[in-house]
Amino acid sequence: MPVAFTLNGAAVEVKAPEGMTLLQALRGPLGLSGPRFGCGQEACGSCMVTLDGEARPSCTLPLEAAAGRAVGTVEGLGTPEAPHPLQAAFLAEQAGQCGWCLSGILVSAAALLRRNPDPDEAAVREALEPHLCRCGAQNRIIRAVLRAARVGAPA
Amino acid sequence: MNLAYTFAMGPAGNAPDLPGSLRAEPRLSRWLRFSADGTVTLTPGKVELGQGILTALAQIAAEELDVAPARLRVVPAVTGASPDEGVTSGSLSIQESGAAIRQASAEARAIHLGLAAGRSGVPAEAIRVEDGTFLAPDGSAIGSYWAQAEDALLEVEARGDVAPKPATDRRIAGQSLPRLDLPDKVFGVPRYLQDMRLPGMLHARVVRPPARAATLTGVREGPLPGGATMVRDGSFLAVVAGEEWAAEAAAARVAARAEWEVRESLPEENALAEWLAATPAQASEVARRDDPAPPAAQAVSARFQRPFIAHASIGTCCAVARWAEGALEVWTHSQGVYNLRADLALVLGLPPESITVRHMEGAGCYGHNGADDVALDAALAARAHPGRPVRALWSREEELGWGPLSPAATAEIEAAVDAEGMLCRWRMVLRGNGHSSRPGRAKQPTLLAAPYLDPPQPWPVAIDAPIAAGGGGQRNAVPGYAVPSLDVEMHRLLVMPLRSSALRGLGALLNVWAIESVMDELAEASGQDPVAFRLRHLEEDPRAAAVLREAAAMCGWPRAADGEGVGTGIAVARYKGTGAWCAVAAEVEAAEVVRCRRLWIAADVGEAINPDGAVNQLEGGALQAVSIALKEAVRFDRMNVTGTRWEDYPILRFSEVPAVELRLIGPQDAKPLGAGEPSLGPTIAAIAGGIHAALGIRPRAMPFTPDNLAAAME
Repeated sequence: MPVAFTLNGAAVEVKAPEGMTLLQALRGPLGLSGPRFGCGQEACGSCMVTLDGEARPSCTLPLEAAAGRAVGTVEGLGTPEAPHPLQAAFLAEQAGQCGWCLSGILVSAAALLRRNPDPDEAAVREALEPHLCRCGAQNRIIRAVLRAARVGAPA
Repeated sequence: MNLAYTFAMGPAGNAPDLPGSLRAEPRLSRWLRFSADGTVTLTPGKVELGQGILTALAQIAAEELDVAPARLRVVPAVTGASPDEGVTSGSLSIQESGAAIRQASAEARAIHLGLAAGRSGVPAEAIRVEDGTFLAPDGSAIGSYWAQAEDALLEVEARGDVAPKPATDRRIAGQSLPRLDLPDKVFGVPRYLQDMRLPGMLHARVVRPPARAATLTGVREGPLPGGATMVRDGSFLAVVAGEEWAAEAAAARVAARAEWEVRESLPEENALAEWLAATPAQASEVARRDDPAPPAAQAVSARFQRPFIAHASIGTCCAVARWAEGALEVWTHSQGVYNLRADLALVLGLPPESITVRHMEGAGCYGHNGADDVALDAALAARAHPGRPVRALWSREEELGWGPLSPAATAEIEAAVDAEGMLCRWRMVLRGNGHSSRPGRAKQPTLLAAPYLDPPQPWPVAIDAPIAAGGGGQRNAVPGYAVPSLDVEMHRLLVMPLRSSALRGLGALLNVWAIESVMDELAEASGQDPVAFRLRHLEEDPRAAAVLREAAAMCGWPRAADGEGVGTGIAVARYKGTGAWCAVAAEVEAAEVVRCRRLWIAADVGEAINPDGAVNQLEGGALQAVSIALKEAVRFDRMNVTGTRWEDYPILRFSEVPAVELRLIGPQDAKPLGAGEPSLGPTIAAIAGGIHAALGIRPRAMPFTPDNLAAAME
């Protein structure tokens, strides 16, 4: 059964075998790199995407669950030429080391700023709690999200 | 080899004293080349692990060459074409690769200016270089690296007779340039090895045995999804499929059909100290001093214990391999492409020259994780599919359960102060497995799959580097404090039930904590302030004293108790005794669990090539140490590691991350020292000190969980 949904604003359709996860579809037939495999247990946040604007892990989510919905990934946030304020802020703060966790964290942070354009530090920590960063860049990441909020994220 | 040039350099044994890795790889063309398009290509043998090394190396070259950093292209290491710089580890990349690139760049610049001088008649010393263009004193352009980009110019060996710029002239090295690799990572651009997609690429998954000691006796027949096929060699079992979902689904089915003979081979998790004490070991003297010592007035004796700890990368290990006409090509995020090649050659029975190993970035590894192991997995799977690239990716269970582990250990210390409150005697005995199972260093391969093959190739028992090379279990076991009578002994285990290897900090995680705890206890026993007590013993190491004073000032030492169950500890160490100095103060809140609320860190890394990068590394090391100190222990039963999900191996989360204030106080004209590891030991030790200040308990076992603290009270 082909599954149709919007991916970063564009209509897509994937013919997928039964049991394929949304993450497998995004990294496989849809050719994205931003959503990453980290655990397959919804426990690290590497694979975070938005589903109708809400952040959620994609590693165990059946692809069918995305049918008719809007899926967002880090690729949909911005580009080097036109970065999302979060991406600009992460670069300004040099928020990251190995960078593995960043695409998921950016997705969660963008969902946070849409919901709460002026979060305090506690709200940022709470929104990022599902994410693991082993390099220890958390304080920079929190500063970057707060910086992006000050600059103002687009709707 | 250019014999004429060798002759001109004089007889062997008269080689110039070259810095860093240039000694082993003196040919300038091995390190850099200029292109007519106005770019400089750097080819270091060290690799990017998320620590920002490529940016720092580009800065060093840009500085010495006087070119804009944007002109630098840094090529990932590959066997053959890149200099062999061994392993990217030990906080040594700036010392080894940076020093080589600095000298090679200075010599390349001198060679180019010499040529421009000869062609233009302007003396070389009168030529100014502006972003790669050579300017005469009147400002006219008389050449450039790009116009003279003939490869042959750098086909010479370094001579060591050109001095790099003095510290005061540096404009690029010493600046916090943005990381070269970060934009891709922020925009989701494919950059990691895990993102690489080659035409015709197949996907492999390994089916691991249910126990460490296991023999595959059979696999029940049955269909596999997506055209997947099985690969079997002895007890090594894998599946290969055209699509990733099919490989994962097939691995699950094969795992359910595989039949194994298993036996117990692991120690009791809850009796590690007893196991360590009872296991045969090789004893060695780490340090001994027998100067006359005054009699002891107060003595302290304590045993400290640490568990097995996992690297716990957030991404799982990955490799791609392709066999074609007897040659093997491997893409890896290993820390050492040549070392991996050597072990692949051993396992596969190939001449090393027929294997090409290419580095690509992966998730942070924090030491020797499964990056090398998965490369053998990929090679074994690819051997069954000649001509096709095969990508192997580990599961989370493999990442936490099958990668090399940082070994459990104990450290026993007996130490004393004299009537003046000065250290007079110090004895330390360490026990544990070695900290290196790195590939490429033994006659037997150390790669995970090797003992499961037919015929089996057993792992060598992990070793420890000599202390002069940084040590392993004995790293930082020699206290940096003056003491007349000193005896440090190490017992390296001769059996290895859990494969152990290097994790960021190695022995320093245990040793700095143990030493600093005993220093606190001796200060308390003799009625001295712990900072003042340490400073009395650091007169011969003023840079250690300086970072300790700085951290003490930053946290407002001595800190008044800030509420019940809150306390601050402080600790200092010079990493490896030869690296960077770091002091950490930690504010700890002990309620149901212990939380680290704040860290104050002062470090002296000498010249910081990229200060923001150094700060990032030091803070990252400290936060990993907070996680290790408070949360981490590998769980296992007699058969296998059981803590293979994040819920069974919890690490620090956003809600638990302390605020960090960090200052670099090193002199910019001092030798640069690595920043990746110096903060871990002092952070663990400062947290232990904070726990004592908060609760009156001296932690004796990591992690500092309620259970382990309760045991320490008994």
